[in-house]
Amino acid sequence: MTEELIIAGFGGQGVLSMGKILAYSGVMQDYEVSWMPSYGPEMRGGTANVTVMISDKPISSPIAHEFDTAIILNQQSMDKFESQVKKGGILIYDTNGITRHPSRTDIRIYTIDATEEAARLGNPRLFNTLILGAYLKVRPVVTLESTYKGLKKSLPERAHKTLPQNEEAIRHGGEIIRERA
Amino acid sequence: MKGNEVIAEAAVRYGCDGYFGYPITPQSEVMESLMEMKPWETTGMVVVQAESEVASINMVYGGAACGKRVMTSSSSPGISLMCEGISYIAGASLPCLIVNVQRGGPGLGTIQPSQSDYFQATKGGGHGDYHLIALAPNSVQEMYDFVGLGFDLAFKYRVPAMMLADGVIGQMMEKVVLDDPRPRRTDEQIEQECGDWALTGKKKERQRHVITSLELDPYAQEVVNEKLQATYRLIEANEVRYQTTATEDADYLLVAYGSSARICAKVVEMAREAGYKVGLLRPITLWPFPGKPIAELAGQVKGILSVELNSGQMIEDVRLAVNGRVPVEHYGRMGGVVYSPGEVFEALKEKIINKTK
Amino acid sequence: MAEFEVEIKPENLVYGTPKLITDRIMHYCPGCSHGTIHKLVAEVIEEMGLAEKTIGVSPVGCSVFAYNYIDIDWVQAAHGRAAAVATAVKRLYPEKMVFTYQGDGDLAAIGTGESIHACNRGENIVVIYINNAIYGMTGGQMAPTTLLGMKTATTPYGRDPKLHGYPYKIADMMAHLDGVCYITRQSVHTPVNVRKAKKALRKAFENAMAGKGLSLVEFVATCNSGWKQSPVASNRWMEENMLPFYPLGDIKDI
Repeated sequence: MTEELIIAGFGGQGVLSMGKILAYSGVMQDYEVSWMPSYGPEMRGGTANVTVMISDKPISSPIAHEFDTAIILNQQSMDKFESQVKKGGILIYDTNGITRHPSRTDIRIYTIDATEEAARLGNPRLFNTLILGAYLKVRPVVTLESTYKGLKKSLPERAHKTLPQNEEAIRHGGEIIRERA
Repeated sequence: MKGNEVIAEAAVRYGCDGYFGYPITPQSEVMESLMEMKPWETTGMVVVQAESEVASINMVYGGAACGKRVMTSSSSPGISLMCEGISYIAGASLPCLIVNVQRGGPGLGTIQPSQSDYFQATKGGGHGDYHLIALAPNSVQEMYDFVGLGFDLAFKYRVPAMMLADGVIGQMMEKVVLDDPRPRRTDEQIEQECGDWALTGKKKERQRHVITSLELDPYAQEVVNEKLQATYRLIEANEVRYQTTATEDADYLLVAYGSSARICAKVVEMAREAGYKVGLLRPITLWPFPGKPIAELAGQVKGILSVELNSGQMIEDVRLAVNGRVPVEHYGRMGGVVYSPGEVFEALKEKIINKTK
Repeated sequence: MAEFEVEIKPENLVYGTPKLITDRIMHYCPGCSHGTIHKLVAEVIEEMGLAEKTIGVSPVGCSVFAYNYIDIDWVQAAHGRAAAVATAVKRLYPEKMVFTYQGDGDLAAIGTGESIHACNRGENIVVIYINNAIYGMTGGQMAPTTLLGMKTATTPYGRDPKLHGYPYKIADMMAHLDGVCYITRQSVHTPVNVRKAKKALRKAFENAMAGKGLSLVEFVATCNSGWKQSPVASNRWMEENMLPFYPLGDIKDI
């Protein structure tokens, strides 16, 4: 099993930390992982992306040009990464703020209204864990149990009180993801 | 762990005595992690945020003069500022560790990954005839391991060692196996190990120790130079490190180090799947350079592609080793752009395989 | 003619070379202030019993070879970087006595940054600063401390502020920094001044050992070769021209 995933969106959406939770979750299941972020000023409001690889074999290149899955959270990222999903791969996106929807027909496309759902739940910070849960529903590369452990590991001690809400959001994310017809 | 964070962890666990640095992207996490760890409360390690890279390398010089295990880290523009100090450290035969998490240049350049400081790391960088032992990690694990290896080699030969990493390895997270922490050396141990040269305070029974790189008499300076060169020859004889992948039956060879070697490992897999016998030689020490094994492989393969995130620097050493026996070409991206394995595979086909059929 | 023998009895000895001054013949020009200041440094180290604990940092400039004359462990720093080098030595060996010995080119021109920031961090070191208003070693060029109108190899028509800026008192600037506990300006051109200077040096060394912060002892000094005057004339010129601009005395003492 090898999963090459890119998560891309705005800085501040929790793109890097979502990748981090996933990488730690992979470690919990004894997989090889790599987490390679874009970095620099884009961390502070521009576009940010992170490549996460999870595999049962050693990972050679942490850099890829084509991905098994792309999670896309803004228009710029859609424009850049839609074409980089492997044939037969998966594209997951939040419809909020997307004006040009993906047009490929050789990949599976899913949507999740996580911005709206997080707002409805009254906590915009659950945005990225909702998406993570949605992703794991369609690509269960790690178990939910490992994910909860990975989540705990990636959060600083002082944020551990938010664990139950985030675990619930991961679970709930799996319920609200929809395959686009 | 993240590559940069692992440097901090390794330094403390190795029993490093002092870190002196100045923030610069993409390696600022090294000092941030150390300040967070507060090693002065546990191992007694000193951590100082200096006012510039110039100051930090001179602090390293001062610490190294005391026989202490001291280090700094920076990225390309910061290393340029340090080059004067590095030359002094080499000239005074002092051991230390310098980490360069490279970014694109020249000038302020970009903050994205690059390997364009190969010449600087392997051919000197500063003024005068000197070398650094240059180690190129290709994983977060090796960033951890090479802190210890760098210090060991630096003290074994009393030369500065440089870990030449890049923004990819520095910023990425991977699994790392940590070893047991070692205590810092006591003053008695330093006296034992470095007592014939280090500044420990002049005891009545010994001559004063003077750490300097100055000789006004050219003949005396030449003796210093000859001694340095003898050390470099010894290092070349003993410390060449490299790794080969699928070279036994290879028709074509990739030579790459650091993050490029990771990407090329994937290219080897892709090429083999496509029916091409491609192998990879990864220099681990960039200086001393593994010229001999490359020369040996030149007798077997039809062509060699040197792959680097620059305009072609290591290729000069590869060509020197190959000495014209087979075609050697370069493939690179510059400015902080990182090639994908597919891109490198295409270049390998175009520049080597199709031309040497 | 009567023959006689000179007998030196220890009880009659009133003066001698400090034990820490080596037998090496000094390369300094006759009349230069460095020799006297070296002697004072050696005496203070000796009298405080710090010979085995002291590490000196020598600069680039005429006093680069200070390590040849005082019999302690030394490290020779790159031009201007002595304070950074000393910072590391002191941090790594907090129980040691660490001092730098720097000229005005080294400390107040190329090394301004390192010097100011060592002050600002309050490093427990002593900075000995020799201000003779000129670059001695490289052949008498303008220093940042060169007085207005003063002729040097690079100000052959005299220092003109429009071309070369103004002389500045870096010691006074440093006095504003919280990490600094003691700043004084001394000279060694008369026996009285030599005695005062020694007291100041001793106080600075005591401060460093007590961990009170950084102490800086500036010496207004002569460079008769650079100034192209006899030693005696240099002393007079210094009194008449240097001291009005660089007045002697404590600038900060807490």
